[in-house]
Amino acid sequence: MSEVLLSLKGLTKAYPGVVANEDVSFDIGAGEVHALLGENGAGKSTLVKTIYGLVRPDSGSMTLAGAPYEPTEPSQARARGVAMVFQHFSLFDALNVADNIALGMEKPPPMGELAQRIRDVSEAYGLPLNPSRTVGDLSAGERQRVEIIRCLLQDPKLLIMDEPTSVLTPQEVEILFHTLRKLREEGTSILYISHKLEEIRALCETATILRLGKVVATCDPRETSARQMAELMVGSVLHVPERAAAPPGEVVLELAGLSAPSPRAFGTALKDVSLQVRKGEVLGIGGVAGNGQDELLLALSGEMRTKPQMVQLKGQPVGHRPPDARRALGLLAAPEERNGHASAPDMTLTENAALTARVRKKLSRNGFISWRRSKGYAEEVIKDFDVRTPGPGNAARSLSGGNLQKFVIGREILQAPEVLVVNQPTWGVDASAAASIRQALLDLAAKGAAVIVVSQDLDELMEISDRFAALNAGVLTAPRPAKGLTMEQIGLMLGGAHDMHEAEADHA
Amino acid sequence: MGDINPILLLASLMVASTPILFAALGELIVERAGVLNLGVEGMMITGAVVGFAAGVGFGSATMGFIAAALAGAALSLIFGVLTQYLLSNQVATGLALTLFGLGLASLIGQSYVGIRAPATVRLDIPLLSDLPVLGRILFRHDFLVYLGLGMVAAVWYFLNRTRAGLILKAVGENHEAAHALGYKVVRIRLAAIAFGGAMAGLGGAYLSIIRVPQWTEGLTAGAGWIALAIVVFASWRPIRLLVGAYLFGGITVLQLNLQAAGARVPVEILSMSPYLVTIIVLVILSAGRGGAALGAPGSLGRSFHASR
Repeated sequence: MSEVLLSLKGLTKAYPGVVANEDVSFDIGAGEVHALLGENGAGKSTLVKTIYGLVRPDSGSMTLAGAPYEPTEPSQARARGVAMVFQHFSLFDALNVADNIALGMEKPPPMGELAQRIRDVSEAYGLPLNPSRTVGDLSAGERQRVEIIRCLLQDPKLLIMDEPTSVLTPQEVEILFHTLRKLREEGTSILYISHKLEEIRALCETATILRLGKVVATCDPRETSARQMAELMVGSVLHVPERAAAPPGEVVLELAGLSAPSPRAFGTALKDVSLQVRKGEVLGIGGVAGNGQDELLLALSGEMRTKPQMVQLKGQPVGHRPPDARRALGLLAAPEERNGHASAPDMTLTENAALTARVRKKLSRNGFISWRRSKGYAEEVIKDFDVRTPGPGNAARSLSGGNLQKFVIGREILQAPEVLVVNQPTWGVDASAAASIRQALLDLAAKGAAVIVVSQDLDELMEISDRFAALNAGVLTAPRPAKGLTMEQIGLMLGGAHDMHEAEADHA
Repeated sequence: MGDINPILLLASLMVASTPILFAALGELIVERAGVLNLGVEGMMITGAVVGFAAGVGFGSATMGFIAAALAGAALSLIFGVLTQYLLSNQVATGLALTLFGLGLASLIGQSYVGIRAPATVRLDIPLLSDLPVLGRILFRHDFLVYLGLGMVAAVWYFLNRTRAGLILKAVGENHEAAHALGYKVVRIRLAAIAFGGAMAGLGGAYLSIIRVPQWTEGLTAGAGWIALAIVVFASWRPIRLLVGAYLFGGITVLQLNLQAAGARVPVEILSMSPYLVTIIVLVILSAGRGGAALGAPGSLGRSFHASR
């Protein structure tokens, strides 16, 4: 890569109390796929927002194609040929595909012409998309296509992709990579942000690794092992969870033909979900977001009631019972959204501990909460799970993602559940906290509890599950032993096969 | 009940609906931009009194309407600064705005009680107004009735056919995404809030200058609240909003006529009928289409701060 497209020199950006980027310098070559690696909070997002004109650096300079580059707003970045696909898609659910694309363009053509150009580009890059569909009805993969096509219509010189594969099935990832390689051949540079190391090794030529806002290393990912890169990111040696094998015991939880409509708009109904979970077993449930994971968790936790026989705990029908009744029987749950669902953000850790542990830890008597015992329980969780916080009197919102997640998972585990259901236990959590959460789930199973882990992180599921099942459009596949499953088999279970024929046609 | 003249009834329906139509159209734009301004009643009554005072002062109804629109917009910008820059709670601020507007209006209006409003230009459209039945119903009104209808069409066109309308909807749908794309969320919302205030002010002035036409305290009598309800039950769509406003106006006129004709129904029931019927009909209209089709803007009522 002889020619340099974008050059960053000494970029620094500080927020009150934290330096997000400190003296960051690196070059992106023309036609290069450049990886930006780092843990959550390493400063990746701030850096790309700076390049896209959403954040102004405190000091430092950028050069784009030989000329000074100081965007003060995204429209200037777009005018200079910089486009960005966001991690949490910047799409509007109630509008259709063409409207969404028009909103991201500086001078959109009339609607009829735009629709035709969307069709042309989507065919050229093997990304099938219908311009008149409402975005709220699209799958995550299709939504990402909307974002990508929005960028491609503006002939970008540099395409920034922030964690693009976190919501895709393995097959959808293949389609995306095919598109990105095609773009590289056409001379487009790509700045690719991810923490999935194997992907970066398959796609990128250069990787810049950030830790705590600073560039700590630059390497060629094709010649560096994933483990080496991970250790550069974390700055220490990684601990791999291990487990003591225990023979599975009797069935504790059974779902029998669980069908229920979603309580939310744009949600997914559960269709005839059946499964059995045994004592001492970890069942992993994979699937792309929005395929019924949230609804399954609601049905298990008791937030959504079903017919009594649909959920059976130790042979007892509980489908109609509310959460506290299920907790009393030993079925506990930790939902995905830690700020707002698993915890009340503005309440203290003591109060949050009392909210779910009241029944099993007997934190109340005659309707009055014992704050002394609640505080004791919160302190126990903080100590056992190494939650970094000044004390149980702090508000849940003041904790970092990883620490709060350790707290909400630990709060359930220390109640000694017989069945524990967790959704996305390590989403947005740094690698060391993720490892300790996974270890805690395995330890719980080794003590004889049944654990259901719902996650979109397939590596995580393969690491800790005994059996694996996938949710696709509200339907659960039959669980299979996790050992020996290939990525391709998993992909087919996830239902990633849709749209494959278009991509294949494009290969030919 | 032979005393009720259907032609007069239909003609006064259009007049009775116009204040609510204005206020509701303004609020529709505000809510489509993702802001919930519950101060419609306060802005209406402020518009009513300022418009009346200016109309009397200048001796011109047109000047009254202009002043009313400006007063409504000014009041709404207080709400705008509080909620958009100081990030105060929109519900509480809107309610406060209503209370403030009611108080302010009775203060300003003290010296105007019992005065007659200046005359308004009537648009007796030649030829058309001479048509036998339709002429009386449709073509012999003041220009604001036609302005209201024109605004419905303009708002529909703005929302569905223009890029500015698309951006407004985008800001209301997902303000974080709109910000990420580089749109000025706060500025767009302030413009929408000011438009909503001006429209509410016009609606109020229509009551005090044309409909009543004089200033009395509590003149709006809840019309602002009905406008708010109509926006929701019309699923944030201008054409349905017109249906809702005309329905409410129609039943108001009808029940007044029934009272005058001495119908054997308790007055209380007649008085509550416009509110009941409008809400029932609009609930039926918007039911059975599923939550998504209801179309509440995704960011409605949420504060936006560009911190992330």
